[in-house]
Amino acid sequence: MVSPPQETPQRRREGARDTAGLGVARAIGFVTPAMLLIGIFLVFPALWTIYIGLTDYELTGAKSISPRFVGLANFLEALDDDLFTNALWLTVVFVLGSAVIGQNLLGFTLAWLLRSARPLVRRLVEALVLLSWILPSVVVAYLWIALLDRDGGTLGALLGSPGTAWLVEYPMLSLIVFNTWRGTAFSMMLYSSALAAVPPSQLETARSVGASGWQTVRDVVFPHIRGHVLTNTLLISLWTANDFTPFLLTAGGPNHQSETLPIFIYQQAIAGGRLGYAAAISFLLLLVNLVVALLYLGLLRRRS
Amino acid sequence: MTPGAVLRRTGYVAFMAAVLAFFAVPMLWLASAPFDSNPGLGLRWPDWTLDNIGKTFAHPYALGSLLNSLVLCVVATAATTAFATLAAYALSRVRIPGRDALLYVLLLLSSVVTGTAAMVPIFVLMFQLGLINSQYATGLVIAGGLLPAAIFILKDFVDSVPRSYEESARVFGASPTQVLTHVVLPVARPGIATILVWAFVQAWGNFLLPFLLLRDVEAQPAAVLLRTLKDEGGSANLTVIPVFSLLYAIPVVALYLFVSKRYGFRFHGGIKA
Repeated sequence: MVSPPQETPQRRREGARDTAGLGVARAIGFVTPAMLLIGIFLVFPALWTIYIGLTDYELTGAKSISPRFVGLANFLEALDDDLFTNALWLTVVFVLGSAVIGQNLLGFTLAWLLRSARPLVRRLVEALVLLSWILPSVVVAYLWIALLDRDGGTLGALLGSPGTAWLVEYPMLSLIVFNTWRGTAFSMMLYSSALAAVPPSQLETARSVGASGWQTVRDVVFPHIRGHVLTNTLLISLWTANDFTPFLLTAGGPNHQSETLPIFIYQQAIAGGRLGYAAAISFLLLLVNLVVALLYLGLLRRRS
Repeated sequence: MTPGAVLRRTGYVAFMAAVLAFFAVPMLWLASAPFDSNPGLGLRWPDWTLDNIGKTFAHPYALGSLLNSLVLCVVATAATTAFATLAAYALSRVRIPGRDALLYVLLLLSSVVTGTAAMVPIFVLMFQLGLINSQYATGLVIAGGLLPAAIFILKDFVDSVPRSYEESARVFGASPTQVLTHVVLPVARPGIATILVWAFVQAWGNFLLPFLLLRDVEAQPAAVLLRTLKDEGGSANLTVIPVFSLLYAIPVVALYLFVSKRYGFRFHGGIKA
């Protein structure tokens, strides 16, 4: 997801002036290859999910050759499926814990505190936070498996209590802390640029009347960045709900205790071979994504 | 200093130290385990050796998977960069009918249709077309996912390029093709380079799509191989995994450093898969 550019009136007037003399026909030719790829691999699959979700299509066996149209049966089954409700609930917990609370709070706190930190400290913290964001997910998963391992894990050694298999005994808590670590960089950067837009004079005034740090944040800073808090929360929630990295840490286990929706879809579709049922669940995820994205774009549009 | 100020200062230092530890400790393993003669999952001062590197290169699939990653990335990156540049330029300069609606839909698509939400239909599509295990097809699937965001970022960039350059070139009789290759492309190079690096990093790190679509170990990229590295006994192969993780992570970090040094770390409203 990217934020659309702020349309200044001047830019709007400059708008689409065909300065190179391209012409509409050639311009359409320029756009076509990209649209073909997007159409085949993004739009068509999204629409096709709806159809697959209405059939009993399976990966192997008779139903793989001639799937039947079953209407809303898959959706009705989902309502009764304890594993699905479990996945839905775990996804909500994961999003609330790691994105809405974890990344948001830590990201803002870091952005706020680093403004006045020494340059060396600031650069060091920023570099580490960014590094945890850019490292490939498979590598990051091994780092955390090593950290949380029962026998030789670093965390056990640090706490002086080896023998706790964190990923087995506290799978969701581990994933929430992990994802906070993984994704805080985005919130930190977004809030840093938002804080730069708060008028220094107002901060100065707050300090001169003796406002505490918390009072300043609540009464001076927050009104300025309220829009950013909302859009940031929507974006990171969307990414977290669709994140497949937990699969690399726990694969949904033990016994479905960390099976968020993306893992549930994978397990049903590929491991279980129930493509129709998994497509119906995917469609629900697409629908939630669409609602969040529309909300996000609506907010951005209202702000500008 | 008043007692309150001392307390606050202490709290601040303690918090910063905790944050630094929180972010640094998990990564230390990547610095120590690859060079330890007896690497384990725990963190310890290594018994320094470079033997693991040789053993990693001797692994039958290690080098091949890095090459596979390269093939996948080149296909995905080339398609994304070339097609996004063409589309972004046309959308920036020509009022194609329905342009604004198209841009809005692209913006929605860039976040709504994620790999996880579309994994079932994409898998079924490739399965029915017989394209499972095709690296080129997988590269194109990845490109399809990256294109909406790439077009948007590049269009924003091209919008900010002054039109007067192109107008002057036209006045002096340059053809549209000449204007594009001699004026627009050079001026837009930083934007194109950013997209190039971004697409490469995204494709290099992508796990889900190659994991779904490339089932044959001969075709699998490093992301998938790393996930499945096991020794003969079936447990995680700790001689190879740390070195291989490091080898696999280095290009990503190097490219980010390159871009941020060359063009500054620009914050495009955050772009991530």
